[in-house]
Amino acid sequence: MTTAAPPTTTVPTDARITVPRVVRSEWIKFRSLRSSLIMLAATVVVFAALGLGFSTFLADATIEPGTPAPPGGPSSLDPLGASLGGVNLAQLLVGTLGVLLAAGEYGTGMIRSSLAAVPTRWPVLAGKVVVLAGVVLAVLVPTTLLTFLGGQAILGDQGISLSDDGVLRAVLGTAGYLAAVGVLGAALGSLLRTTAGALTSVVALLLVVPGVVSLLPESWSERISPYLPSNAGQAFMSVGGSGDLLSPGAGAAVLAAWLVVLFGAALVLLRRRDA
Amino acid sequence: MIEAHDLSKRYGDKLAVDALTFTVRPGVVTGFLGPNGAGKSTTMRMILGLDAPTAGTVRVNGRRYVEHRDPLRQVGALLEAKAVHTGRSARNHLLAVAATHGLGRRRVDEVIDLVGLREVAGRRAGGFSLGMGQRLGIAGALLGDPAVVMLDEPVNGLDPDGIRWIRGLLRGLAAEGRTVFVSSHLMSEMAQTAEHLIVVGRGRLIADVSLAEFTRRASRGTVRVRSPQATALRDLLAGPDVTITGGEPGVLDVSGLRPEAIGDRAAAAGLTLHELTPTEASLEEAFMTMTRDAVEYVGATEGADR
Repeated sequence: MTTAAPPTTTVPTDARITVPRVVRSEWIKFRSLRSSLIMLAATVVVFAALGLGFSTFLADATIEPGTPAPPGGPSSLDPLGASLGGVNLAQLLVGTLGVLLAAGEYGTGMIRSSLAAVPTRWPVLAGKVVVLAGVVLAVLVPTTLLTFLGGQAILGDQGISLSDDGVLRAVLGTAGYLAAVGVLGAALGSLLRTTAGALTSVVALLLVVPGVVSLLPESWSERISPYLPSNAGQAFMSVGGSGDLLSPGAGAAVLAAWLVVLFGAALVLLRRRDA
Repeated sequence: MIEAHDLSKRYGDKLAVDALTFTVRPGVVTGFLGPNGAGKSTTMRMILGLDAPTAGTVRVNGRRYVEHRDPLRQVGALLEAKAVHTGRSARNHLLAVAATHGLGRRRVDEVIDLVGLREVAGRRAGGFSLGMGQRLGIAGALLGDPAVVMLDEPVNGLDPDGIRWIRGLLRGLAAEGRTVFVSSHLMSEMAQTAEHLIVVGRGRLIADVSLAEFTRRASRGTVRVRSPQATALRDLLAGPDVTITGGEPGVLDVSGLRPEAIGDRAAAAGLTLHELTPTEASLEEAFMTMTRDAVEYVGATEGADR
C-alpha cells in the first residue's frame, strides 16, 4: 500500500521556531477543535440572550433601579446591569473554554507533541493565551456592544446611552473581563493538568469563594471580598458602583494581578515539571 | 547522533534509568532493546527533554535538545503513548505541529502520503485504529525531515504489511545517513531491522553491540542428534569441551561440537544418524537470558513489581 520512499525534502533550511509561528500553531489548534468553537458560540449566545432577557424583564417590571437580583441574575437591575447581566453565566462558559484548551492537551497526550516541537515550552502556553484572549476579545467586544445597544433599545426611555459617563468602559470592560476569565481557566488548566480539577477550581474561584467570604465576619469579608476576581471585575463592569467595590482602575489592576500570578505560576511549573 | 552520558532518572524511590551511557550513530538502525519497564520510554523522553534527568546528560547532534532552535529538524520522534488530541483531525494535528517551525500544508500532505493516511487525514484522530495512530505518529516524526529519527515501539498495532513497510522505511532513513533509534521489547523484530543493539534491563545498560556480535554470542548452540545407536554415539562424542544431554531415548543434545564434526565422526565409526540439526539458541532466548541476568542482579533490592 505504501512504499518505503525516503521523505521528499520540502523542508526549508529556515524551518525553526519563532514565537509568531508558535502563536499560529496555537491558532490552528484552537480553530480545529469543535469543543473550542462550541464553547465560544455558547458564550456569545448565553451572554446576548440573558442580557436581552433581563432588559425585557426590567422594561416590563416596575422595579426600583439598583434592586439586587436573585443569584445567577445580573448583579443589579439597572439598565446597564440588566443588559450586561449575562456575564455571570458566560464567565463559566468562557472559563471552561480556557480549561479545555490547556488541560485537554494533558488528557489526550497532545502536550508531548506540543512540547517536543517547542522544547523551551513557554511559547506554547503564551501562544495559547494570546490566541484565546485575542479570539475572545474579537468576538465579545462586538457581542457586548450589540447586547448593550439591544438592551437599551428594549428599555426605550428607561435606557441609557453608550456616551454616558463610564458606560463604554463598563461595556468594553465586560468583554475584557470575559477574556480574563478565559485566561484564568487556561492558567488553571495548565497548572492542574486535569479538566475536571481545573473546572472545579474555576467555579470555586468565581462562585463559591465569594459566597464563603460573604459568610465571614463583616470586618473580614469587607477586606477580602473586593479583591476576589469576580468582584474586581464587577468594579469596572458597573457604573458608580457600590461602596463594597474597588474603583474601576483598581479593580482592573487587581484582576490583572490575579492573571499575572496564576499565569506566572503556570509558566514556571510548565518549565519545571516532566511532561 | 545521540550521546547519553551517565543518564539517570528516579521516580520516587524507583530508579527507572540507571547511569546509562551510550552513543547512537548515524547511518545505521540502532535497536533499543529491553523488556517492558526497562526504562526505554523514559530514556527517550529524556532525549526529547520531556522528562528532566535526575543525573547525567544527553545530547542530540551535539547539543541538549532544548537548545536547538529547530528541534523538529533535529529529532523526529514517535512516542509510545499517543501524543495526539483525539478531537482533532490527523491533518490539523500535523498542521499545528508543523506551524511551530513555519512548515505548511505542502509538507504536511507529503508526510501524510508517505505514511499512507491520505484517505483518512480529515478524520478525527480519536477514531483511529492503533495502526493508523502509529502511522500518524510516524508522519509527525518525519515532518521536519529530521537528522535523527527516534521511534518508541513503532510496530505496535501494525499489520504485517505495515510492519514490512516500517522496516523498509527505517532502513531507507538510515541509508540516507540519518540516525535511526528504535525501541522494542521484541528481539525477533530488532533482528530483522537493526544493525546495532543497545540492550537495557532494569534501567541499566546490558549490552552495546552490533547485531552480528550479539548473534555470535547467542549462538553457543547445541546440535540435536537422533540415532538408533545413541549410547555408542554418546561415548564416541564425549570430550572435555563437549556437553551431551539426552532427553528422549535415542536423542542427544550436543554442545561444543559443530554438526560437521559430529557427522564425520559418526560416519568414521559406522554409526547411523537419523537426524543432525543445529539448534542455535534463538536470539530471543539469548535476549531473555541476558535480561533475566540483569533482573536477578538487581533482584536483591527490587523484585515486587514484576
